[in-house]
Amino acid sequence: MNTVGKDLIRVDAYGKVTGEAHYTADLEPKGILHAKVLHSEIANGVVKNFDLTEALKVPGVVKIVTCFDVPDCQFPTAGHPWSVEKAHQDICDRKILNKRVRFYGDDIAAVVAEDEVAAARALKLIKVEYEEYEPIVTVEKALSEGATPLHEDLRKDNIIVKSHMTMGGPDFSFEKAVDEASEKYGKDNIEVIDRVYNTPRISHCHLELPVSWAYVDTNGKITITSSTQIPHIVKSCTAMALGVPVGKIRIIKPYIGGGFGNKQDVLYEPLNAFLSMQVGGRPVRLEISREETISCTRTRHAIEGRCRALFTKDGKLLARKLEAYANNGAYASHGHAICANCGTVFKDLYADEMGAEVDCATVYTSSPTAGAMRAYGIPQSIWFTECLADDICNITGEDPCDFRVRSCMQEGFVDPGTKIPFLTYGLKKCIEEGRKYIKWDEKRAAYKNQKGHIRRGVGMAIFCYKTGVHPISLETASCRMVLNQDGSMQLVMGATEIGQGADTVFTQMAAETTGISCDKIYIVSTQDTDVTPFDTGAYASRQTYVSGKACKKCGELLRERILEYAAYMLVNEISDISKTVYAETVKAAKDMMKSALGIAEDSDIKPEMLDIENNAIVMRESYLKERGSEKGFEERKLFELSVLADTAFYSLDRSQHITAEVTNHCKENTFASGCCFADIEVDMPLGKVTVKDVVNVHDSGILINPKLAEAQVHGGMSMSLGFGLSEELLIDEKTGKPYNNNLLDYKIPTAMDTPDLKVRFVQLDDPSGPYGNKALGEPPAIPVAPAIRNAILNATGVAMNEAPMTSERLIKAFKEAELI
Amino acid sequence: MFDIKSFYEATSVADAIRALKADEDAELISGGTDVLIRLREGKKADLSLVSIHNIAELKKIEKDACGNIIIGAGASFSDITNNEIIKEGANVLGEAADTVGGPQIRNVGTIGGNICNGATSADTASTLLSFDAAVVLEGPEGVREVAVREFYCGPGKTVRRHDEVCTSFKIKNEEWEGFEGHYIKYGKRNAMEIATLGCVVRVKLSADKKYIEDARLAFGVAGPTPLRCLKAEAAVKGMSVSDADIYEKLATTALTEVNPRSSWRASKEFRLQLISELSKRALREAILKSGADEDKVAPLPYKGEENDTESAGEVR
Repeated sequence: MNTVGKDLIRVDAYGKVTGEAHYTADLEPKGILHAKVLHSEIANGVVKNFDLTEALKVPGVVKIVTCFDVPDCQFPTAGHPWSVEKAHQDICDRKILNKRVRFYGDDIAAVVAEDEVAAARALKLIKVEYEEYEPIVTVEKALSEGATPLHEDLRKDNIIVKSHMTMGGPDFSFEKAVDEASEKYGKDNIEVIDRVYNTPRISHCHLELPVSWAYVDTNGKITITSSTQIPHIVKSCTAMALGVPVGKIRIIKPYIGGGFGNKQDVLYEPLNAFLSMQVGGRPVRLEISREETISCTRTRHAIEGRCRALFTKDGKLLARKLEAYANNGAYASHGHAICANCGTVFKDLYADEMGAEVDCATVYTSSPTAGAMRAYGIPQSIWFTECLADDICNITGEDPCDFRVRSCMQEGFVDPGTKIPFLTYGLKKCIEEGRKYIKWDEKRAAYKNQKGHIRRGVGMAIFCYKTGVHPISLETASCRMVLNQDGSMQLVMGATEIGQGADTVFTQMAAETTGISCDKIYIVSTQDTDVTPFDTGAYASRQTYVSGKACKKCGELLRERILEYAAYMLVNEISDISKTVYAETVKAAKDMMKSALGIAEDSDIKPEMLDIENNAIVMRESYLKERGSEKGFEERKLFELSVLADTAFYSLDRSQHITAEVTNHCKENTFASGCCFADIEVDMPLGKVTVKDVVNVHDSGILINPKLAEAQVHGGMSMSLGFGLSEELLIDEKTGKPYNNNLLDYKIPTAMDTPDLKVRFVQLDDPSGPYGNKALGEPPAIPVAPAIRNAILNATGVAMNEAPMTSERLIKAFKEAELI
Repeated sequence: MFDIKSFYEATSVADAIRALKADEDAELISGGTDVLIRLREGKKADLSLVSIHNIAELKKIEKDACGNIIIGAGASFSDITNNEIIKEGANVLGEAADTVGGPQIRNVGTIGGNICNGATSADTASTLLSFDAAVVLEGPEGVREVAVREFYCGPGKTVRRHDEVCTSFKIKNEEWEGFEGHYIKYGKRNAMEIATLGCVVRVKLSADKKYIEDARLAFGVAGPTPLRCLKAEAAVKGMSVSDADIYEKLATTALTEVNPRSSWRASKEFRLQLISELSKRALREAILKSGADEDKVAPLPYKGEENDTESAGEVR
């Protein structure tokens, strides 16, 4: 491959580094109005009445709307392609503003004003009268008898969905397996462990806050410019929320400063549109603060997992069981998809001899809404599997690395439920690579029998990850290519650049397939639903794989069209080509070709003899080779692509604007995998963990852009580091009020907390990927936390079951273990 | 966009006092790293600000004829850290100032704001307290000096009157000369952090560097206001640096003098553990910085390490 696999500098690097790239807020028109949202100050109840008298008196206030004014339309917010099957549709459980308050911070009214200060002043003066119910912040409370249903109309028991999955046959049960194993191996030869592991509610902490601005265009289109990952889905959900036909909505997505799944939800776009409509279609901007973003948009699910394992005393893994409860908060958002995903990977990752059983439940609670976040339930799943794996080894005494190599999902694995295959299996190679890098065996030996208050430990964790969402959900993507007169082109993807580098890798793919070089490919970074072809957007680890297939297919079509035209030019006297400036060039090319291939007649020149290389029409290398002739690029070059493009545009004989547009419905999927190895130091009396060395090894197929891939891994590792050691959104269980919805008290690791992050890849050419590639976007965020947890276990013998492993939790555990 | 009613740039301390007197709702602003945060959070709105940011005399750091160190209230954290007088006489204050927030905050935030904000967590507060420094306040009635130990009257509350400007801090010669100190900021992360606990130990060793002649111990967040442990200081006075009991003595006595509370940020038990551990570690560091021979300084006592102090070591 010529371009794929090269470290192309990001196509948006200069614009972003110089600050000249335009983001949503940079595009606002003059005279825009500013909106602010009034959030409930109770966690559970009903809004009875508003007194707006004082608020309306504030100079500069234009309009105040409340939950009593919004359309009576319930809508879903998940960034899933809408399902035309009723059973698979996302849950429509909220309105633009809600009378029924379901968490502390629910959206109940909004102010539109001439400036932000006036809007803020008015907010403070709105008086709200509530009928209050007891907050039900925890899963336990939400499921307790007599708990208020948060969505009386949809779920009387607060359970969004419960599901049951098995490996080892549909009737497999862990209990039965224990009985059978007792008989088969003898009671004294088996062990059962039963643990409860917990993961925290996490905030995405994307740099750019959710911001949008909306106006009604002169043709009646409700137009919203928004920082979103999913413009086409925002379009359909906004139409549902407003109760208008979907064609009335137009979404524009410029550059965005990160999303990590939070912007894979419809957030405040419907409200923003509604506010503009309420002020005669004037432009209104709605920027959510960091505090609102953390508590009022979406979070990663806190999931409690009761995990059991059955194994022989010599370490043969027989069966496992997970009972997972996901705290989904006030609204369904992605519903049960995330907890179900967590359960699927739990059962897939290890090859239990007898089977595995998973029970998952997703529960409404009166707390911030959980939705999509990078790796979609799998960081939780891997926290469970990897804590469990090391806890097993801690009993059997087996080396955790050896245990995994022996017990993990094996080559040729196919998920029996979804039929998703592991087409290229790099998991064991990753383990081998990580083991070697960290000097696992030497360190495990050196770190034995430590006595000091500062101890070292090494730990590891493995994972697997599904690249796209097929067959669970629709995978469709579109691409358009438009040739310019100079042989350059516009590349229009329905897929979205959200900071991850999508535009750059699509440019590389387009170059690879069309023969047009990267510097002549102008990718249109903005998605505008009025002009951009359909793609469901940036989520899962899908775009390089799913949208990449569309890009490849489109590139092939464009190439085919160009070559067809090239053959036509060579065969026919186009528009009396002898009169054009290209006459001699084309004549020379024709002669060269005829002599090289021994062709007598012009009409024998066929497109399959031609190719595009390095922006030129050339004789196809393979065609020559088949005929025993080997020629370099210069000898095969017929004429520049610009000659063809210019002719095609303006030919009086055959004018053709050469373009291509395709939609690709992807019906493939494949597992990616990998692992993390961490070497840490624990200062026990201070409960401080310092990561001395850490490496992620990824089996993600062929890398389109290795440098970008490495950066992608760095970002993910940093997220998992935070999940492991410091990040958690805390909620007061009595009131439902968030304690730390700001970046001072919500502890994402700073540069000073982050070690050098090492990255390794095992590159296997996946037959299902457009260029041999598979998932990489999300996997990096999965394994670091459990690897650190297991390193702490190695260092101190203390098994931490709850993430994050904060100093306070560590000190408590070390005291209980009488280590300090 | 901040909800600011008016902004007045004072030309001198007297001008600032006049402006404050004229508007009883007006607030002082210098670096703005606390005031603007309160404004953004909506805790303050429609605020009149009197800026002392550009008053050059407030930024001076100097030593007077008696060897007292005078630190202008408008000196930024990075000014303090990089100042030669501070490095020579109160290096530990410079080190404490260097733990505040991040580099941008340290370049604009001032020591005056850090102290007058009234927070127990202020990194320079516990350190200044250990120096028994005086806060110099200037108001319509003239200049007065208040000891830092008497300056705080509760969380976020100080004795500074509305129309007083804090102009400087004074560290007496006998409070710094011959001392070396160590500050440990304990936060949940290594930057952009407010102390979960701040601990400063300063010691003056005997000429032969074998005995603790004098000691200071102060904490931030060990109580509602910065707090000094006089009994703990007295307990180690005169003890040998080779005596392993110095650590336990300091820490256990300190525990009788502190009053940390439980909050969602940290439990009382957790803070007590930190108070004990950090005071020991800071004491050892302060002794080492004072020039004591490392071999002669007692090691920190840890469980299981009495006979075996070997750690795992590096695997290369």
